[in-house]
Amino acid sequence: MSGTVALAEITDAEIVPGALLEAVSSDGHGAALLFLGTVRDHADGRPVSGMRYEAYLEMAERVMTEIAGAAAERMEAGALAVVHRIGTLDLREASVGIAVATPHRAPAYEVNRWIIEEIKRRLPVWKHEHYADGDAAWVEGTPLEADA
Amino acid sequence: MQIDVLFFASYRELAGAERRSVTLPEGASAGDLVARLRSLDESLARLPDTAAVVVNHHVVRPDHSIAPSDEVALLPPVAGG
Repeated sequence: MSGTVALAEITDAEIVPGALLEAVSSDGHGAALLFLGTVRDHADGRPVSGMRYEAYLEMAERVMTEIAGAAAERMEAGALAVVHRIGTLDLREASVGIAVATPHRAPAYEVNRWIIEEIKRRLPVWKHEHYADGDAAWVEGTPLEADA
Repeated sequence: MQIDVLFFASYRELAGAERRSVTLPEGASAGDLVARLRSLDESLARLPDTAAVVVNHHVVRPDHSIAPSDEVALLPPVAGG
């Protein structure tokens, strides 16, 4: 038994939280948990005005499908939806959305957290931070490890 | 063999282009590729050790052999989320 993947994608469209929750909804679920990663207005004390996300698209789609599939296998039942946005985002906009719904709450929390940590560790996406003073810089990331 | 290497994000700026072509001996490894790229110009000489070589969308180890038909990319540390 495992959960199902309702959605796993990279998109340049706005992330709609209700659509993610709808994608994982089922009469058999007693818990639905939504995580949104959003653009904040500061980085290391420096005012930020926005962010541009870039992906190695073909690889990112493969890795996202892998992460979602592995996450579904960590659940005995339920469904998940995960989406990462690319392009230019304003403050407060969601760059990543993860919905996990399960019959009981514990695996929803566990799997939702697992997915965002895997995204940060493996998804070939980079962010170019735009500062309020007009400057911009690539955000330092996590070195990729070789695939097993 | 001639290999087109794709660059992303900060490495695209180091390389000055989205792709650069390099000539490598047959059977060259991912490690050989990085060494060759570093020798191309002063900017690419600054490629850090954390650069990941990706072949056909998989991160490979330095001893991985590259084939002429492979899609090869050089990726900086990732910062999704």
